[in-house]
Amino acid sequence: MIELENVAYSYGGGELLSDISVKLAPGSFHFLTGPSGAGKTTLLKLCYGALLPTSGLVRLFDRDVRSLQRDDIAKVRRRVGVVHQDVQFLDHLPVSDNVALPLTVSGRQADTANGDLEELMTWVGLTQRATALPPELSGGERQRAALARAVIMSPDVVLADEPTGNVDWDMSQRLLTLLVELNKMGKTVLIATHDLSLIRAAKAQVQARVLRISNRRVQLAGADL
Amino acid sequence: MFNMRTLRALLAGDRYADRVVPPTGFTAQLTLFVSGAMAFLAVFALALSLASGRLADRWGDELARTATIRIVAPEDQRAIQTTAALEVLSTTPGVAEARALTDEEQQALLAPWFGQDLPLDTLPVPRLIEIEATGEGFDATGLRLRLAAEVPGAVLDDHGRWRAPLVSAAQRLRLLGWTVALLIIGAVAAMVTLAANAALAANAQVIAVLRLVGATDSYIANAFVRRFTLRALAGSAVGVGLGVLTVWLMPSGSEAPGFLTGLGFQGAGWLVPLLLPVICGCVALLATAYAASRALRTLT
Repeated sequence: MIELENVAYSYGGGELLSDISVKLAPGSFHFLTGPSGAGKTTLLKLCYGALLPTSGLVRLFDRDVRSLQRDDIAKVRRRVGVVHQDVQFLDHLPVSDNVALPLTVSGRQADTANGDLEELMTWVGLTQRATALPPELSGGERQRAALARAVIMSPDVVLADEPTGNVDWDMSQRLLTLLVELNKMGKTVLIATHDLSLIRAAKAQVQARVLRISNRRVQLAGADL
Repeated sequence: MFNMRTLRALLAGDRYADRVVPPTGFTAQLTLFVSGAMAFLAVFALALSLASGRLADRWGDELARTATIRIVAPEDQRAIQTTAALEVLSTTPGVAEARALTDEEQQALLAPWFGQDLPLDTLPVPRLIEIEATGEGFDATGLRLRLAAEVPGAVLDDHGRWRAPLVSAAQRLRLLGWTVALLIIGAVAAMVTLAANAALAANAQVIAVLRLVGATDSYIANAFVRRFTLRALAGSAVGVGLGVLTVWLMPSGSEAPGFLTGLGFQGAGWLVPLLLPVICGCVALLATAYAASRALRTLT
């Protein structure tokens, strides 16, 4: 599904990631951890074609990312839902329109998918906030709206970058539960986080592999987590 | 980035896609105003160009069909030579009409320089014969040879010496009008490109979000292109409307003859300004597409 093979990524003259080999199999659940600045976000961006590797091979849905045209990358992103810590929305549109944005840009009119949208808003607990503008949302509501937006196209993969970074413990548990539910629906999930308590909480609910970035390389984390 | 499908989508519009880019009041008003002002000026450039063209054609035609013979001879010979010249002209193919100007007419011609009280009979003023040619015209070289043989004091002036620079000047004025119109269209393109660049830069976050959720470059570009095209179209339509109205309200040639009063459109010429909004729209479309294409290529 998403495969990185001997990938290196350099930025500003220095190598940020080196010899990375990761395979996200369908239906798997992965955590990516490591200290701040280790390259977690960079690795995630490599996974949805936002960055190209300096060397090595990145395969997105069995296609070498280097062979993809810009429109192909856009289409890949419809199969990969992404949630960032600093979620960006179109601030002039209400939350429901922001959540439906992937449908809009892919030519599926949001009003024909109203049922899906309402169901999704209920799932993330934002039905009452559907008409609010993004700046009016709390941190937790923004993250849940971002998650809803990430999954509205029913993507094969969900990538979340520090999704609980700006929310309290209860909200982070709620978000985790939503991500676990997605995984149980068959979605591949990769969460980048430095929050070890989140990982421990997830391991109680789902079989997750934990990858740790250390010294520019990815290692499978042991039982110390 | 642009093909027939995207062009159709652009023209048809998409009420959802139109909303993804937030309305930007300042650039919207700027684009509307500049498009309108440029179209207004372009109407005058076109009016100037078309009027100059008509003038060049008219001068060319009218002067080509007329000529003058001056009879420069001693006073006792002047009338004889005038009669002889008229006889020559009456048998010259291509001459429709020839007549000698009367003293009063010659005096009227000289009045602007010498005043109304000029004693014409005391001055050695040559007699003038006015010739009007048929549509085919006459052979000026042949006529000169005949006059030289039969009327030694006759000098034929077919106006060619001063007609050519006049016609040339009018033609250059016509070219200038078209050049100004083209420059105005170029300025519209430059303005729209700048405004589109500003809008793209101001909406960097919007573009990042759209890219993140899987929008293609053409989708993003169309959101901007459609907006700027419609603004340029609307602005230039208003500008053309006002320009045509102003030209229409200008004094017509029949009221006060002259070059400036002839500045305007005639017949089908009134339809030419209607092309301007379409041209401005197309220019805005291409300029925005170019700006968007350049901006989006730099994004991942």
